[in-house]
Amino acid sequence: MAKYLLLKHYRGAPASVNDVPMDQWTPEEISAHVQYMQDFADRLEGTGEFVDSQALSPEGTFVRYDGEGRPPVTDGPFAETKDLIAGWMVIDVETYERALELAGELSAAPGAGGKPIHEWLEVRPFLVAPPTITE
Amino acid sequence: MDEALLRTLTPTVIGILGRRGADFAAAEDAVQDALVEAVRVWPDDPPRDPKSWLVTVAWRKFLDAARADTSRRHREVRAEGEPLPGPGEVADDTLQLYFLCAHPSLTPASAVALTLRAVGGLTTRQIAQAYLVPEATMAQRISRAKRTTSDVRFNQPGDVATVLRVLYLVFNEGYSGDVDLAAEAIRLTRQLAATTNHEEVAGLLALMLLHHARRPARTGPDGRLVPLAEQDRSLWNTRLITEGIDVLQAALTRDRLGEFQAQAAIAALHADARTTEETDWVQIVEWYDELVRLTDNPVVRLNRAVAVGEAAGPRAGLAALAVLDPALPRHAAAAAYLHERDGDPVTAARLYAEAARSAPNLPERDHLTRQAARLNAQLRR
Repeated sequence: MAKYLLLKHYRGAPASVNDVPMDQWTPEEISAHVQYMQDFADRLEGTGEFVDSQALSPEGTFVRYDGEGRPPVTDGPFAETKDLIAGWMVIDVETYERALELAGELSAAPGAGGKPIHEWLEVRPFLVAPPTITE
Repeated sequence: MDEALLRTLTPTVIGILGRRGADFAAAEDAVQDALVEAVRVWPDDPPRDPKSWLVTVAWRKFLDAARADTSRRHREVRAEGEPLPGPGEVADDTLQLYFLCAHPSLTPASAVALTLRAVGGLTTRQIAQAYLVPEATMAQRISRAKRTTSDVRFNQPGDVATVLRVLYLVFNEGYSGDVDLAAEAIRLTRQLAATTNHEEVAGLLALMLLHHARRPARTGPDGRLVPLAEQDRSLWNTRLITEGIDVLQAALTRDRLGEFQAQAAIAALHADARTTEETDWVQIVEWYDELVRLTDNPVVRLNRAVAVGEAAGPRAGLAALAVLDPALPRHAAAAAYLHERDGDPVTAARLYAEAARSAPNLPERDHLTRQAARLNAQLRR
């Protein structure tokens, strides 16, 4: 088994095919979307492939150390330039192909007009602990 | 096996070990070990007297630990086989435990964790699950809290207000994992109300009961948030409402108003109304005025503005909102609601979308997005 991170972006990914902001959908379309995401996570729990899922607030700040005895420097939020993560799902699957298949399904979540969003999701393999037997 | 009984006995047994000379940290560890053993042994071999069993086993665990810990100074421990304390002493011990676990030197998160373990009898694993952190992290939080309080004398009188804040935090955390924190907070507040005669303890208990009564109506079958005005009131638990109102009325007759009694009074007025239209908003605003006087909390002022909007019309509500800091949590959501009631769906939709972006949790974000979507759909027609 290998773990993969499926990353969803507020900004920074190529535009979706069905790219309409959620507050321009109908309430029923929002409900259908929320239900699809819930069913997807439930199904992965059922197959033993679900690890974790979290959503993030759009507000973020860059922070860095600014030297001894000084408070950290903060910068941002950067209005339109910064890549912005919206949330993630961690899955634990047999193959890379399976990870791609699941990301594809997640990207098909319904949006405006009840049609799939075709949202770009980023699939990132975890770096894991080294195996016991190396030679 | 009766886990509820086991949990109820936890503070009593810690108190008894304390009376025999164990310090709090050691007593609490020993009782936690005894609880774990009880969970293992009781199903096959239930004890005749659960409390004596726990005292005996916890005391043995304590002595084992004290002997093993040779580097520490010799502990002065009183003789074994001392009679168990009477009911009055047990109540005092339990109250002292509440004070200790909510000691002002602790951070809120530490006080919550320690209270749930030492007073609530939950295991570290259960508490970790409830707060979605690794078990090792929660174990560290608890042992640091115990180190922080190691200089506090067990019989030192405490402040009820700090205990109430901890219980309020536990209640507000709601429900995740296999432990229902809201129900647990109610159990602990009931137990506290039984050991101390304090009007604000009663006020907090009433507040919890009245909110808990509405819980079945607060989320839809798909997990979505249902606002108060749209809740199916037949789903409200009338037994809890009756109990909450009784507890509150008894507290109010003592004429020593505090913030929890005032909050409970507002919850009671909502619970009393069979429909949203029947809600006595004028009285609710009066209680908010009391709350502002008692706490001067900006969040209370925000809620008051919404109540003013119901009692005196949306313009009055917006006027009350206008003097508050727009950076307050839920300011945009309150403004959106009042603008919609004032017949301005364009502004309302924009503010609902803005509120959704700063929502602190997912159900609230989905709810606010849905509100924006509803208005935008109307505007497109």
